[in-house]
Amino acid sequence: MRANDAYISIQGVSKHFGPVTAVDDISIDVRSGEFFSLLGASGCGKTTLLRMIAGFESPTRGEIFIEGVPMSQVPPYRRPTNMVFQNYAIFPHLTVSKNLAYGLRYEKIDKAEMNTRVGEALEMVKLGGFGARRSHELSGGQRQRVALARALIKRPKVLLLDEPLGALDKKLRADMQLELRALQESVGITFIFVTHDQEEAMTLSDRIAVMSHGQALQIASPKELYNRPVNVEVADFIGQMNFIDASVSRLSGERAELDTAGLGRISAPAGEASFFQEGDAIVVAIRPEKLTLSVERNDGREGVQGVMRAATYLGDRSHYYVDLPGREEPLVVAGSDSGPTDHDPLERGSPVRVSWPDDALVLLPRDESGASASPGDEASPGSRAR
Amino acid sequence: MSEVSYIQRPNRPLHVYALGYLAFLYIPVLFLPLFSFNDSIYFAFPIESFTTEWYRQMFEHQAMHAALVNSLKVGATASVLATVLGVFGAKAVTRYRIPGKKPLVFVIMLPLVVPGILLGVALLLMISRLGVTPSLYTVTMGHVLICTPFAMATLIPRFEGFDRAMEEASADLGANAWSTFWRVTLPMVFPGVVASLLLCFTISFDEFIIAFMLSGTDPTLPIFMYSQLRFPARLPPTVALGSIIIFVSFLVLCFALWLRRYGVEESASDGVRP
Repeated sequence: MRANDAYISIQGVSKHFGPVTAVDDISIDVRSGEFFSLLGASGCGKTTLLRMIAGFESPTRGEIFIEGVPMSQVPPYRRPTNMVFQNYAIFPHLTVSKNLAYGLRYEKIDKAEMNTRVGEALEMVKLGGFGARRSHELSGGQRQRVALARALIKRPKVLLLDEPLGALDKKLRADMQLELRALQESVGITFIFVTHDQEEAMTLSDRIAVMSHGQALQIASPKELYNRPVNVEVADFIGQMNFIDASVSRLSGERAELDTAGLGRISAPAGEASFFQEGDAIVVAIRPEKLTLSVERNDGREGVQGVMRAATYLGDRSHYYVDLPGREEPLVVAGSDSGPTDHDPLERGSPVRVSWPDDALVLLPRDESGASASPGDEASPGSRAR
Repeated sequence: MSEVSYIQRPNRPLHVYALGYLAFLYIPVLFLPLFSFNDSIYFAFPIESFTTEWYRQMFEHQAMHAALVNSLKVGATASVLATVLGVFGAKAVTRYRIPGKKPLVFVIMLPLVVPGILLGVALLLMISRLGVTPSLYTVTMGHVLICTPFAMATLIPRFEGFDRAMEEASADLGANAWSTFWRVTLPMVFPGVVASLLLCFTISFDEFIIAFMLSGTDPTLPIFMYSQLRFPARLPPTVALGSIIIFVSFLVLCFALWLRRYGVEESASDGVRP
């Protein structure tokens, strides 16, 4: 195993706790100055991976390099990383200033410089004047800033963040997301951010590793994850998605003819999807907002005739649930509110036409384990609406 | 319909029971200060007249002084040793993955339920087998044995009560294990340490059986007081001594309880926990 050019290089890392495999052979390269997120449901191994980078756990197999230096023999207190803990872990017996100065004692700097740096750090997180307070005298958002300042004051090469916004309410969270991103851009250090919130990861990250059962399913930019997920699990985790079982009936050059359950026979760009051959069973995924609803019988685009089952109003948009022949679950269609409702064809039971542009179709391999192409209760009205 | 809820409704028989219970517990104890000021060597009613003679006699009694100093020495040493062991033990069982942790804790806690007389006899047999002369040192060791479970029981909740991310945060900020212990762990369990010291000292100070078995020629205070009961003339000064001990114990207990509450409030206001 050798270091490569990447700033942080995680190479074939696994972690077992007794019989449990928390992290299963993960390799990730993080670039310098990148905002990188580990995204996954709880128990997917993202926090364990972060803790291995910080040095609190050691990998069962594999190696983590930071700036080309293998980390397995380096204890947490000598690593060029600092962490913002999920519950902030602010020392309750010390004031805010002393919390910030805590780690500076281990650097060879004099008292005056220590005070200057504490002052700067307090200003940076907009907590000037709070230096004499203790943790129980601070609000959740303020604690979060103290934890951030305490880690950044050490001028780490890598900042590790373990769901730092999880304990905040929704409004504060949105503010802190913006601040965090601005801060990362101004200090220019590499952030590794753990979250289970896909919206948060999409908002903040340069790149995201979607994790499940200890494995990295896909490592890509938010845009690519959203538009080009590599499998059903990623597609299901990021945003909302319609999944339609299909089989490949004909493959000719760039295009594939598919027999689908619900959309009938459709034609889709095969693209680089080389995982299937004629006769294979695959899954077609379509984002709700890429579908268009209309009352016309034919708008010239590829489409299918269905019956309106239900609609949910979400304020900025609405979700419509359309029954298709040959498909049990309704198709979810997202529309801006000023759209189809104007001429109100959308009463329950009325016939509608659903159509899509060519590039809306994402072809995915059929999940080997699951029989159904529709994981979860994706299409039940309102259940997943965000 | 009653104004107050069912659970808050006054209950006369329960009040009487509670008062009777308190009387049963404390009236015998309160006789000690009462008779310590009584101008008679007989421990009986009617009370004759007020005197501080017994307190004066007690303070002048050299053997009593020696016994008190012995008890203070043993109590201080045993409480410090037991608390140090308790801190390390509590940290170990709450922080590390130890194989056979439950049996281990069980063995440490065992002296709590083993009758003192058995422990005393066993220890006496053992030290005489080893050829060690009974002395204040052997008493101290015996007291460490019975105090350590109390120290552990006091300290384990303190260690469990704070997020171990605190210690990880310290390591993350550059502190090695030693530095983390002094700068984070110890300050955070400090109220527990003080409570443990007070508790262990109190236990050692009034422990009789083990001290009786192991003390040799230097008596501790309880042994000394017991020996005084044989002489009727020595009884009143001993009662005066008992009264002072009750008073001091009361103050120490209040302090320990306050400390415990202080600890709970502090960790409750630190709120966020996984």
